[in-house]
Amino acid sequence: MSTATETAPPKDPGTLTKDTYRGRIHPDWCPGCGDFSVLAALQTAMFELGLQPHQVCVVSGIGCSSNLPGYVNTYGMHTLHGRSLAVATGVKLGNHELKVICTGGDGDGFGIGGNHFVHTMRRNVDLTYIVMDNQIYGLTTGQCSPTSVKGMKTKSTPHGSVENPINPIPMAIVCGATYVARAFSGKQKHMVEMFKGAIQHKGFALVDVFSPCVTYNKDNTYQWFNPRVKILEEQGHDPTDLHKAIDRGYQWGEEIPIGLFWRRTDLETLEEQEPVLHTGEGPLAFRSNLSIPSDHAKALINELL
Amino acid sequence: MAAPIKIDFAVGIGGENGQGIASTGDILARIFARRGLHLNAYNAYQSIIRGGHTFLTIRASDAPVRNMGDKIDVFIPLNQDTMDRHLHLLKAGACAIYDAEKIAPGKAADGVQLCPMPMKELTQGNKLAINTAALGAALRLLGIESEPLESVVARQFKKKGDAVVAQNISIARAGYDYAAQNFKAFPWKTPVGPKPLGVITGNQATAMGGAAAGVKFYAAYPMSPSTGVPMWMAAHARQLGIMVRQVEDEIGVMNMVIGAAHTGCRAMCATSGGGFALMSEAIGMAGMLETPVVCIDVQRAGPATGVPTKTEQGDLWQVLGAGQGDYPKLVVAPSSQLDLFQTIPELFNLCDKYQCPGLVLADLLISEGTSSIDPDELDFNVKIDRGELILPNGNTEGANLGSGYNDKAYLRFKNTESGISPRAVPGVPGHIFTAATDEHDEDGTIISDEFTNPHKRRMMVEKRGRKMQAAINDIAPPKLFGPENAAVILVGWGSTEGVIREAVEKLAGEEGIVANHLQIKWIVPFHAAEISRILWQKNVIVVENTYSGQFARYLRSETGFDAQGHIRKYDGEPFMPHHIVEAVKDQLAGKTRLSVPVHEVLA
Repeated sequence: MSTATETAPPKDPGTLTKDTYRGRIHPDWCPGCGDFSVLAALQTAMFELGLQPHQVCVVSGIGCSSNLPGYVNTYGMHTLHGRSLAVATGVKLGNHELKVICTGGDGDGFGIGGNHFVHTMRRNVDLTYIVMDNQIYGLTTGQCSPTSVKGMKTKSTPHGSVENPINPIPMAIVCGATYVARAFSGKQKHMVEMFKGAIQHKGFALVDVFSPCVTYNKDNTYQWFNPRVKILEEQGHDPTDLHKAIDRGYQWGEEIPIGLFWRRTDLETLEEQEPVLHTGEGPLAFRSNLSIPSDHAKALINELL
Repeated sequence: MAAPIKIDFAVGIGGENGQGIASTGDILARIFARRGLHLNAYNAYQSIIRGGHTFLTIRASDAPVRNMGDKIDVFIPLNQDTMDRHLHLLKAGACAIYDAEKIAPGKAADGVQLCPMPMKELTQGNKLAINTAALGAALRLLGIESEPLESVVARQFKKKGDAVVAQNISIARAGYDYAAQNFKAFPWKTPVGPKPLGVITGNQATAMGGAAAGVKFYAAYPMSPSTGVPMWMAAHARQLGIMVRQVEDEIGVMNMVIGAAHTGCRAMCATSGGGFALMSEAIGMAGMLETPVVCIDVQRAGPATGVPTKTEQGDLWQVLGAGQGDYPKLVVAPSSQLDLFQTIPELFNLCDKYQCPGLVLADLLISEGTSSIDPDELDFNVKIDRGELILPNGNTEGANLGSGYNDKAYLRFKNTESGISPRAVPGVPGHIFTAATDEHDEDGTIISDEFTNPHKRRMMVEKRGRKMQAAINDIAPPKLFGPENAAVILVGWGSTEGVIREAVEKLAGEEGIVANHLQIKWIVPFHAAEISRILWQKNVIVVENTYSGQFARYLRSETGFDAQGHIRKYDGEPFMPHHIVEAVKDQLAGKTRLSVPVHEVLA
């Protein structure tokens, strides 16, 4: 039979520090990788929100950035390439009291995971999805990705990519995401605010982070982004204006907006609409009596007679 | 007093889609089952004909009925094509009920009673009610009173309103009365069984088995012939407190199911071979994360899209090999609708115990097939054992909430003697860990994050593999049916149990051949020692629905035993008892070692 937790002698109950969220393992990312900044911003956001580590589950796919769950001290899942959103949806529905945060890269989320990306957004599952978007496949040593700009020379496109990239911001807006933001590893404080807003938002929140790959992407570097990124919050952008959000999302070139493009709070989440989660018995995972009551069993059998 | 003679008969209804074959079949099945008769129904879709054709066989008896049988006693062709294809198969004593104005009978065997009916007049011109008039006539010939017909017709058409119910009852009665005046009833009367029985499909039984097991999360992508499982789940989700989701594809299905299972839910999904192929990588993830999930593959004829409405056992090796790499999983092939219901909870207990995926091999034959069921055998009060699962006790006071991974206070993948590690789920204080599909250490650390340590890798492979060493003791060995010293042993697996059993009885009763029967249900783990003991130095024929003999090869790989004979059918239609009887006779006479019975219905 299942056992309840034994009461361990309390070490330092209840006191949360920034260090609480730090994992035991030091990240194996390349020195200078943009993902260090994302990791630090996520740890800061969780600390500032006072999240209990055991009530957070960080779910990733596969890729450099998807190693992140091992570097934070919360429950974590390091799943399959492209599948983090599907797994995370299962986690959230199994235990809707958890804060579920997905992390991954652009190839993982917009390439192999594109189908789940679209459908998880339209369902408005209450998840935070942080994409460390470096516009390249890093772990496989530098092939073009769904967000590599047209013309980019990579190991798989030695003559320059002839394909148009995905722009995740307008895509997320039209697919039904209810919180759509962009951040940049060079602006960590701003990123913390984007993450906090996303985690607190009820519904599907995307934060696409320009997280430069210092090893394989020599085009979209810190130096390239720094003068270009402009913070929407400093420009008076109204994130409830759908058309402006899409227009700003498409903006690329000399000025690239970061910040909260789009937010709506009038749509119910998937979990809110499912009565089986609101019976007063807590998360599905912790329902104590799994047996079918005899009157229900009788009714099920009677349907066959 | 002589023992009562068992009455055993079958009704065959055929025609185009939309001619009400399914509803006629439902009505008949319910009348027979309420009468206490056992029954088995199989619906053959003949998709080779424009417009689509269906031929439904319902066989009933006062003795257990395990398959659709060999013969049709009451034949109801609703169009000319059905008449042309099936009439020549009727034997003396059978009858054919048809529309006198629209259908010409052709040449029937001596002793077949042709029952033409003036359908336009009897149905008052309602073409959609021809099946109902024929049904009335059939019941009259079978010696069944008209009252049960009327109550079941009322139940069937309830949703369409009182006028439709009244009209159908009146047409059924007209057909009944016309038969009374014009046709000769069967020389026997349909018996009444000791108590009313229910009617169930395998897909319903599978879903109900999941509900009994305490499934709280069910996800699906629709795929024939498995769709009946999510349909039952969706219809009962809110009543039973089950989260049911339709997902964008089967990749998403299995990943979502694993996510839910990881939190502590019992989680399940069903699909067919194509969907299972898409789930394959994620099933390996369940193996690596040591997450218990149950997936049912309702096999259709493959490969690729194959024949969506036909049966086959061709996914055996796919399921055995699901997911890259080498890891433990459980594989089971239930043999009947009731067995599906009872196996799902048993499998969940084993999956929870061994923290691994459990895969069920069903097929169109038993999953879309219908059977009578004794309501007392549907016992929902099943044992539920979650194994070494750690859930929160609700009292987080005093626990160090951030503890677990960083201070090594909890090792999710602890290298225990049994290989089974106590499993905490997210939300439990003091047990933080990361579950990774990369190879990992006992605490969940990805081993490539340190350095790829061959000793740790070996330890973790062995830890997972070791879990299965004792699993064989948890499952029942297969039992030999029939006398020990038989001339031949027929070996089957999964859904073919019913038809092989009947073939063995027919061989003994009609041909004087003593055969026995070994049906194998548990594929992994496999009772190799016991099976070897039974088969060793015997004349063995393996009966299966594949071309290449997948099961015969699996049997050889696990036991070293090479079967002498093979009966294989891969035309999409299930075995009928006489297919096996004839093949066994041929093989015992030394004519062949590989029989491929021809399905006669498709002329």
